[in-house]
Amino acid sequence: MLKNKAFVRKTKRGTVIKVVKEHYLRDDIYCEVATCTKCPSSLNAVTTPSTTKLVPSPHHIVPDTNVLYHQIDVLEHAAFTDVIILQTVLQELKHRSNAVYARARTMISDPKRRFIVFCNEHHRDTYVERRADESPNDRNDRAIRTAVAWYNMHLDGKPQAVLITDDADNRRKAEVDKIPAYSTQQYVASMQGHPDLVDMIAAVEDSNIAAEERFAYPEHLSNSQIAAGIRSGAFFQGKLSISQNNYLEGSVFAQVDKEERTVMIIGRKDLNRGIHGDIVALQMLPESQWKRPVGVILEEEQIEGQKDEDEEEKAEESKMDVENGAANETVPTAKIVGIIKRNWRPFCGTIEKASVSSAASGLTSQQSVFFWAMDKKIPKIRIRTRQAENLVGRRIIVAIDGWVRNSLFPSGHFVRTLGEVGDRATETEVVLLEHDVPFAPFSSSVLSFLPAEGEDWIVQPEHLAGRIDFRHLDVCSIDPPGCTDIDDALHCRQLPNGNLEVGVHIADVSHFVKPENAMDMEARRRGTTVYLVNKRIDMLPSLLGTNLCSLRSNVDRLAFSCIWEMKPDATVVNVKYTKSVIRSKASLTYDEAQMRLDDSKLNDPVTQGIKALNQLAKKLRANRMEAGALTLASPEVRFKLEEDQQDPVDVELKELKDTNALVEEFMLLANIWVAKKVYEAFPESSMLRRHPKPPAANFESLQKAVGELGITLDVTTSRALADSLNNATTTDPYINKLIRILTTRCMMQAVYFCSGTVPESDFWHYGLATNIYTHFTSPIRRYSDLVVHRLLSVAIGYEKAYTSDLVSKEKLSELSDVLNYRHRMAQQASRSSVELFTNMFFKEKLLQEDAYVIRVLKNGFSVLIPRYGIEGYVYASLNDSKDSSEPSPFVYDGEKNRLIAGTVEIKLFAKCSVCVFVEEAGGAARRSKLVVRLCEPWVPGVSVRLDDIRVAREQDQLEEKSGKVVKKAKRV
Amino acid sequence: MAARLEIVSPEGLRVDGRRPAEVRRVLTRTGVLSQADGSAYIEQGNTKCLAAVYGPREPVKRAGVLHDRATINVEYNVSSFSSGERRAKLRRDRKLLEIGLMIKQTFETVVATTSFPRSEIDIYLQILQTDGGAVHTAINAATLALIDAGIPMTDYVCACSAGFVNDQAILDLNFLEESADVPTLTVALLPKSGKISMLGLESRLHIDKLEPVIALASDGCMQMKDTLDEAIRISTRNLAKTVLH
Repeated sequence: MLKNKAFVRKTKRGTVIKVVKEHYLRDDIYCEVATCTKCPSSLNAVTTPSTTKLVPSPHHIVPDTNVLYHQIDVLEHAAFTDVIILQTVLQELKHRSNAVYARARTMISDPKRRFIVFCNEHHRDTYVERRADESPNDRNDRAIRTAVAWYNMHLDGKPQAVLITDDADNRRKAEVDKIPAYSTQQYVASMQGHPDLVDMIAAVEDSNIAAEERFAYPEHLSNSQIAAGIRSGAFFQGKLSISQNNYLEGSVFAQVDKEERTVMIIGRKDLNRGIHGDIVALQMLPESQWKRPVGVILEEEQIEGQKDEDEEEKAEESKMDVENGAANETVPTAKIVGIIKRNWRPFCGTIEKASVSSAASGLTSQQSVFFWAMDKKIPKIRIRTRQAENLVGRRIIVAIDGWVRNSLFPSGHFVRTLGEVGDRATETEVVLLEHDVPFAPFSSSVLSFLPAEGEDWIVQPEHLAGRIDFRHLDVCSIDPPGCTDIDDALHCRQLPNGNLEVGVHIADVSHFVKPENAMDMEARRRGTTVYLVNKRIDMLPSLLGTNLCSLRSNVDRLAFSCIWEMKPDATVVNVKYTKSVIRSKASLTYDEAQMRLDDSKLNDPVTQGIKALNQLAKKLRANRMEAGALTLASPEVRFKLEEDQQDPVDVELKELKDTNALVEEFMLLANIWVAKKVYEAFPESSMLRRHPKPPAANFESLQKAVGELGITLDVTTSRALADSLNNATTTDPYINKLIRILTTRCMMQAVYFCSGTVPESDFWHYGLATNIYTHFTSPIRRYSDLVVHRLLSVAIGYEKAYTSDLVSKEKLSELSDVLNYRHRMAQQASRSSVELFTNMFFKEKLLQEDAYVIRVLKNGFSVLIPRYGIEGYVYASLNDSKDSSEPSPFVYDGEKNRLIAGTVEIKLFAKCSVCVFVEEAGGAARRSKLVVRLCEPWVPGVSVRLDDIRVAREQDQLEEKSGKVVKKAKRV
Repeated sequence: MAARLEIVSPEGLRVDGRRPAEVRRVLTRTGVLSQADGSAYIEQGNTKCLAAVYGPREPVKRAGVLHDRATINVEYNVSSFSSGERRAKLRRDRKLLEIGLMIKQTFETVVATTSFPRSEIDIYLQILQTDGGAVHTAINAATLALIDAGIPMTDYVCACSAGFVNDQAILDLNFLEESADVPTLTVALLPKSGKISMLGLESRLHIDKLEPVIALASDGCMQMKDTLDEAIRISTRNLAKTVLH
């Protein structure tokens, strides 16, 4: 069956290396079509081919690479079945985009879709050799045509194979060879019963934008020009990140003139169609053209309005000019000359209501509408749709197809609808999608790796091999109320020599999750459990997370233990790491544990243990503080949800008790000691966590601000910082917390890393003031901990057989990057979720609250409301004018960083009173948002009175009911 | 995960179009060098090896003489032009010496050395082109050359390699597959008894997977045996023709 016809293919790679590859052609590749009588039938044979108006007889479609790449959204629709995918197409696709390739593979593996892959490159009759005068692309096109022709000959046209290609030239050539070929548009339009599919077709080359031809972006340079420019040093490359506050302001952190620095890109022209996340090629502007960051918060209302795009452009330009003229503090500025790699993903968002013309009624007429992504960094996207009116007020997903030079905005296509705006489930899904959190239920292949016994799994004698039996010890766990995934448990007992034995027992997840199986892969992909206000997206299936691994009370559980012998003054004499079996005596909540601590009468073994642990924890904590660990603060709140876990009924600030600190202290201890052990065993390849020292520049503005309060912050070391934070007291006790909150924001992010990739001097964990640190104590909800468990179990000689992947430096450092990303996303998702619930909480409410100013910008200032831990932006503009051009009563003093209106001064840490309410998501607003208005101090035109708003709102509601146009909040 | 090469596609084809348990095309020739007592040339895919056997003959160096049997010397060499990137040749490449030693030990078990006391058998192995699996190709070539030289052996020595990727074993890895971090196991086996005379593994392979990989590699060795046997029969037939006419 092996055709022994080998020949070589020569390719050039990199410089001048000649690569010779064998390429076997086979005669055992079958067509996989069920009606075929020539080939042996196979299992996944295609059965009932589709029909359309265009091709009345049953047929299979064969998409080419571009169709599969650009129209993947369309092809993913269930209407497409029995499609033949050629190997040539898949190979080209894989080169183009791994993400799209993965999606294509998912489609192919779905048995319901009956897609088949035909390995035409290895088929004896369909392989074509590249001709001397042919480009690789032309060869591939010819290979595709040859394969289609082979199918038609092989099946004798029953059923037919039809080529789908958007390349007109390719269609013409196909016609010469008598191969039926159509464009996606032609084919989809002729499909019966799927009018919605036409919307989803990507506008690859849309020429109907003549109206905007007066505007044109500078042309992007070609890849070879970019490469040459970068080599010569004229250009540099970097990842574009757009400002959160202003989508016309971007920055790139890149290597410029052998120096790493942040370079700004300001304005639409200079951004030149770059979208957040793209890898772009940039050119520095001459110093005379350097600009200064605009320093305003640009909200969608301000930039879209009813203005004509052209007008807007002018306005913007003039604003820029003003900026240039007044430039006193310019920053290095560059312009984008080309895009190296696009980083487009599908975006969630809403249709701009104003852009939908109701005149164009009827389903069939297509119109162009604008789409706003939830992500403020993304410009609005033009999509063409027939169902615009249905889509208004819904969350939809849109993918960008391209951005032509003469279009102000990118064009995209509709992918799918998520649900109504404001609906809790929809908005939660949006949060997950926007933060790239994988939240699909676990697949059956993942679940197949769960223990067969399911819920009835118990510790068997064979599990005891190599483990120490700690079931007799008085172990207990302390967790927040309602916690079901108990990672950790503790014990403490007196030793005969007067020392104390302390044990931290961590769920032995690595016993259940073996490397490289489907469950492990899935956990690695998820990276961490994501906690939303009303939902938890687990990293591991719940059977493990909340049952078999969870160290529940009064059941035998496998654990990974860290046992110390300590002197009563909390110095460690001895340490031991071992796999174990434990039986927790009690799962306590923080409050229950606290009660036991406070109750001097209680004297059972568990309570004794907790009391001893508490003594030790206090000493450990004192030692840590001595070393310079920081106590920082965050304005976090916890929602009290109604019984059904849905509507928030109240907000409470998270508070810390002794027992919180107790558990935290021992977890830190375990993490530090495990880090030492793992690093000792695998100096090159252990997974550690570091927290870099923040550069002093991060603190500059904060230092300036607290200076006015007579406070100095010493940021030379973490110890000095901790001390100066402790000394930072004023009459208002909340100021100290505020300073701590703001200090937190100056910090760098702690990251996972692989020990071999960073010099040992950089292992320092700044926040905890320790030389080495890792994550070991929460393997149920963090993948990093699971990796550390595996490393430690090899280090102590428990696990003897391990794969090279576990200790490969490259693999680990790759994995750390993924985990860092997932971690960041999970944090942001939780924050978004809190924001969502805050909005829901304030719905129907109108409150006046105390607030502190935490940031001052030109057109307004940010405040923090301690009671709810929320932040809001107060515009300094007049209440009824959204147009920033009208003068505001406030004048910005850049020198002192404050806003002044008459006698009123808005400066950092100033206390004021604000009112808070929710403005419902209108047609244009991305989401219902929290509006914060100044109440006190009183500034005419800016400040509002609570009652006035209430009246205005009631009026609005009345008007709405009577069918009138909804007005914006009235002028007071 | 980053872009990873698909060693075996979901359709079950490898990069070069083979299925997991297929060996590459093998070409064999014996008696290619007139000077040597026995010689052979093997092409396994794009890996090409030339083997020359001298002896049994009087040892060149007196020091290595054994009184009860012949000594076997193996020189394993990789030509500097054999790979895509030209590599300067090291004077004494330890890697090559080690492979040579391994091959020597493999053959000491099958060659009837005791029939030739105080003499030596020299095996020169030259890799002319590499595309993965150079060691097992060299062993097969040495077997052919020894038989061509008429040196008595108790059995053929057949070698083949196998690797493990995506939860399945693959046979006879080419250079692309070897360099893609696939653990590669080289097995040399005595086909008559089924005994394994050499086992080489330089990367990490999980112990649970070792058995299927050895099984597949042994299967490959048996395939090689048929090929070698065929080559020997053809050369013997040709020899018989020349002798009889």
